[in-house]
Amino acid sequence: MTSKRISGGLGLLLGVGLAAGQAMALEGDAERGQAAAGTCVACHQADGSGMNVPGGESWPRLAGMDADYIAKQLHDFKEGRRHNASMLAFANMLDDQQIVDVAVYYSQMPVTAAQGGDVDDDLLARGEQLALRGDWDEYIVSCKSCHGPRNEGAGSHFPGISSQHAGYIESQLRAWQADERSNDPQNLMGAVAKRMSDEDIRAVSAWLASQSVASE
Amino acid sequence: MKQHRTILGRTTLALTSATLVAGVSLAVSAETLHPAVETLVGLGYPAPQEGELVHIPPTMADLEASDLHPETKQVIRRGYDLFTNTQQLRGENVYNDMNCSSCHLGEGRQPFSAPVWAAAVTLPNYRGKNDHVNNLEERIAGCFAYSMNGTPPEYGSDDMLALTAYHQWLAKGAPVYPDQPIYGRGFPPPERPDELSYESGEALYVENCAICHSEDGAGLYQDGEYIFPPPWGDGSNNWGAGLVRVFTAAGFIKNNMPLGQPMSLSDQEAWDIAYYMSSQERPQDPRYTGDVAETLERFGPTFHRHSRYGQEGPDGEVLADHANWGEKGDEVKPWNVGQPRFEELKAQ
Repeated sequence: MTSKRISGGLGLLLGVGLAAGQAMALEGDAERGQAAAGTCVACHQADGSGMNVPGGESWPRLAGMDADYIAKQLHDFKEGRRHNASMLAFANMLDDQQIVDVAVYYSQMPVTAAQGGDVDDDLLARGEQLALRGDWDEYIVSCKSCHGPRNEGAGSHFPGISSQHAGYIESQLRAWQADERSNDPQNLMGAVAKRMSDEDIRAVSAWLASQSVASE
Repeated sequence: MKQHRTILGRTTLALTSATLVAGVSLAVSAETLHPAVETLVGLGYPAPQEGELVHIPPTMADLEASDLHPETKQVIRRGYDLFTNTQQLRGENVYNDMNCSSCHLGEGRQPFSAPVWAAAVTLPNYRGKNDHVNNLEERIAGCFAYSMNGTPPEYGSDDMLALTAYHQWLAKGAPVYPDQPIYGRGFPPPERPDELSYESGEALYVENCAICHSEDGAGLYQDGEYIFPPPWGDGSNNWGAGLVRVFTAAGFIKNNMPLGQPMSLSDQEAWDIAYYMSSQERPQDPRYTGDVAETLERFGPTFHRHSRYGQEGPDGEVLADHANWGEKGDEVKPWNVGQPRFEELKAQ
């Protein structure tokens, strides 16, 4: 348990050190980012909305996500801390400057609507409970305790998950359960994901997808 | 939905047989322990001891399903809302960046996280901190004066009534003035190690806590909204709050942090982080007499002998030797601090 926590902490230090260090050294530029994002639009779409693909691999919305968070994920794909065959190939095409550029480009887009939230009321109610209050009897802390009051993200470490595609959230929670994703700081997401049932995952993913995020 | 079942000493059989046949004890435990308690035991919390009072508070979903009068439900909901978003009283009763639920996790229901229902069934009772008998309202008022670095809503006010109603709702079904010790009450501290290390505490804090609470202890307030509470500094609880006692902080950390990974830090780590955090500055104790040594002398025996108040800080300075009251400044004085009670009875 202790060694796991410490290694999680080291991973965090490395990851953030790289991402933050480069963010400080390199300034992102949205125009350059648009030019570099030519390969991204096939899946993530021109408006950054991504796509919910039921039963397949859903592509996350990037529009309005925190720039440092996007940059860290791209570095994590390149450097083997996050695993996805398609993203490994595409992230490898970007250099450090292009990573901050596309990150800034997508972060400035207005948040788009998400799909996959159209489920029955009982499931939505369970999802709302998990997102806003958690289920402490199972020691599942609420999403909002880290992802912010409306689950729109907190700082650079905790991404916005409101108005994200249900299929994507589901697949990520399952990846954490199976130890296929572990690039979260200190295993904060992994520890909670492993306590969630299949139904919990479907419920919370659908509810989050059903939420709209007001543009600023 | 019998979520609010109260179980009295029903672990006797499980504990007795545990020492004899492990397999049997598991089966018996499964039958006798509430699932919420099983979850805790699975995470490494102690199992209930023989004769302990185990109370599982009802949830807000149970409230909706209950037969209480609709207006009573409204008031309990209002209490829940104040408890979990105490920042709505900012500038009126609250002058820091905290909510009640910042420290009382699980919305005040969670064992080992100072579950608040216990106050509703053990008060009125004598309290050493202010040397008289306190009821639930006065106990909550204390939280506003110290933990929220503010001044309480009036006794009998709508907000105070709503908060007490929420506490009492969580106590539903628990015996009043219980003779049994309460399972998971307060923030039970792990055993104190022989040596506490500030340096180790600092390193552990940076590694385990700073991602949410920030290296400078400021927590995170983003776009004018509460996200993560500050463990020290002007946005935190003042020097008079229970959590400044190092053993209380160690108990909070061991049992609750990092969020979602309770009991993952060793006892030494929890104490070192608590020691580091308790050695930082925060707003002055409202009981301050104008002199830190005098204040320490007066409130040391009942309180500050467990805190680092008036002790030497990390840079050789005396901790709390200042008149910084935080955001409330020196205009706002918590009206409840130092308010006497039953003076005539005491004189007899």
